Amino acid sequence: MAKLPTPAELIQVNYKPPAQGWMDLKTELRPGYYVNAAAPKWMNMIDYPFPRAWSVADEDWKLPEDWKERVLQGIQDRLERFRSLKVFFDICVRCGACADKCHFFLGTGDPKNMPVLRAELMRSVYRRYFKTAGKLLGELAGARDLTEDVIKEWFYYLHQCTICRRCSVFCPYGIDMAEMTLLGRELLASVGLNIDWALASVAQCYDKGSHIGATPQAFKDMIDFMAEENERITGISTPVSINRKGAEILFVVPSGDYFADPGSFNFMGYLLLLKYLDLDYTMSTYAAEGGNFGWFISHEMGKRLNAKMYEEAKRLKVKWILGGECGHMWRVCNQYMPTWWGPIDFLEEPVSPITGTKFENATVHKMVHISEFTADLFRHGKLKVDPQRNAHIKLTYHDSCNTARGMGIFEEPRYIINQVLPEGHFFEMPPNTIREKTFCCGSSSGINANENMDIRMLGGLPRANAVKYVAEKYGVNHLGCICALDRATLPTLMQYWVPQMEVTGITEMVGNALVFDDELERTTDLRDRDLVGFGEAAEEEEAE
Amino acid sequence: MSLYNLLSQKKSDILERWREVLFDGYAPETARFLKSQKDRFANPIAYQLTRGLSGIIEVFLQGAETDKVMAQLDEVIKLKAIQEAPPSQAMAFIFILKTIIREELAQELQDPACAAEFVDLESRLDGLALLGFDVYMQRREKLCDVKVGEIKRKVSTLLRRLGLGDDYLEEQSGG
Ligand code: SF4
Ligand code: SF4
Repeated sequence: MAKLPTPAELIQVNYKPPAQGWMDLKTELRPGYYVNAAAPKWMNMIDYPFPRAWSVADEDWKLPEDWKERVLQGIQDRLERFRSLKVFFDICVRCGACADKCHFFLGTGDPKNMPVLRAELMRSVYRRYFKTAGKLLGELAGARDLTEDVIKEWFYYLHQCTICRRCSVFCPYGIDMAEMTLLGRELLASVGLNIDWALASVAQCYDKGSHIGATPQAFKDMIDFMAEENERITGISTPVSINRKGAEILFVVPSGDYFADPGSFNFMGYLLLLKYLDLDYTMSTYAAEGGNFGWFISHEMGKRLNAKMYEEAKRLKVKWILGGECGHMWRVCNQYMPTWWGPIDFLEEPVSPITGTKFENATVHKMVHISEFTADLFRHGKLKVDPQRNAHIKLTYHDSCNTARGMGIFEEPRYIINQVLPEGHFFEMPPNTIREKTFCCGSSSGINANENMDIRMLGGLPRANAVKYVAEKYGVNHLGCICALDRATLPTLMQYWVPQMEVTGITEMVGNALVFDDELERTTDLRDRDLVGFGEAAEEEEAE
Repeated sequence: MSLYNLLSQKKSDILERWREVLFDGYAPETARFLKSQKDRFANPIAYQLTRGLSGIIEVFLQGAETDKVMAQLDEVIKLKAIQEAPPSQAMAFIFILKTIIREELAQELQDPACAAEFVDLESRLDGLALLGFDVYMQRREKLCDVKVGEIKRKVSTLLRRLGLGDDYLEEQSGG
């Protein structure tokens, strides 16, 4: 019988220094760390290759017979199509600057989550089949054969990367792991390896129009409901015209904002703001999803789902598009959309009808982020607000990776926050955890499933660690963000690491603070929470 | 001098040794990083472990109330419960403290007069470990709770729309 291990031996079990190099170490696929395999029905709905029932825990992943040729051919094609991929493969000098910058490494301590090693998982195969030295010298040249174990390792670690690009900020060559992860996921998909959570969202969006699979009727119904909620709380009616031709602006939001709390409160804020301005806008049941899980699985699928936005803008003959608070939606719209469909000559350069500001940054893609739009309104003194209505909120702000690193939106949300919160209610997290160095929520890029909660909580640890700091030091009780995936996943992360911390969109706080001439006296915020110093509480104080 | 007082004087050494063992439980590259990066925001594992381990030493030597002890255990276990797979691995760190204390007190243990107090100290360390298992279970349950919470939030607006309260889903599941 084997001897019982001592505690010291147990602690060492996980990471005994490998006898061989890390490349020879077989990866253990840990439950709680991976997302389930995609069900064939989703793959059928979007014509994805090799739909079949398989499970990550199975030894046999039922790969197609010629899987290896397909993957190698896929690499070849992509090397020709994306010069960036070849450059990223070739120029890494293994300086290690990126090694300790990934939130998944910082949370798990697993070296294969160091970006340099994550890239090496694919680079080693590239060397073996596409570089002379690797072909001849094999392992000596850092090359390795493409085997089923290697493919499993790709599947495992390419879904422990949230495409956040934090590592690339620190790389002297700007090597973009996110780009490589995306292409790696495409290669996996080419042999029928997809994750269920992402595929379900994609298929439903493709079929019905939103990730959650809501019908156009349900979409309208929910929007009407939130307009009613606004009227109940503020006395202001905020009806939305749907599919109205000839409106000036098409307003597109991620579906999380009209189905899930706390996004829904942010949605109420949008409606109040747009009503306040009497903006000539419409929303579309066809372009009902701003988010794009397609982009998390392939460029092709990202493009397929994205098509609806411009198509609808064209059909409705709007002048430009206004977009809600979302992260990856913006990465797609800002950086991919015009390349996919351009030039966009059927829309005009966005101009704010209220302030006359030309959004020159949106000249190409013709789409403005609601934070840019709102900050500009404040800058021109167009919004009357009462910050005291947010006095129950002590806020810190999480820069969402995609809006921050992806498109440089740092100041606008902060500017708005300072307008709608009482003085001294906003506290920044430490500098190495915000702005371009922001830590990811740990759940983006289509991995916000349930079965991989362990890894999500670990990936989110660096973010939570900084939030906890401002909570303990300044009594911060709200975490603000401008991303729908953040609003869906940060509450979960907070429940685990920083209980009592609420998550809020920025426009929700604008909605709380906006003062309308003919509104009801506000006693609660948009979540029906009592305001500090208003209503009964204030009267009692006065009576004393 | 009592053993507890003696240990109190050696607190920082104990913490240092305890941390070392835990850090060395990670891959060599990771252990090097955990030991060298001093910025708490750039090195959350080291920060969290240090915070928890020093807290545990503190409450243990003070003979603090159970809930305070559990709170400190939780600081480490909330990390270990999701970082390590079987509970035996996740919980091994507590037993390391036992070894370290034994070694720190090696000299005193030669003295038979200390035996009774040492027996008491060791069984309180066992108590610490047992409480650790409770905390471990609570953390795994917490993980389930946050999953359920997320599923509920996904349709929460819809439920409000239908006039169904927050507890609707629980009632349906018989919870
Ligand atoms: S892109 Fe983000 S998640 Fe992916 S390796 Fe880089 S830091 Fe990690
Ligand atoms: S920082 Fe850039 S060059 Fe250095 S190891 Fe990382 S990817 Fe390679």
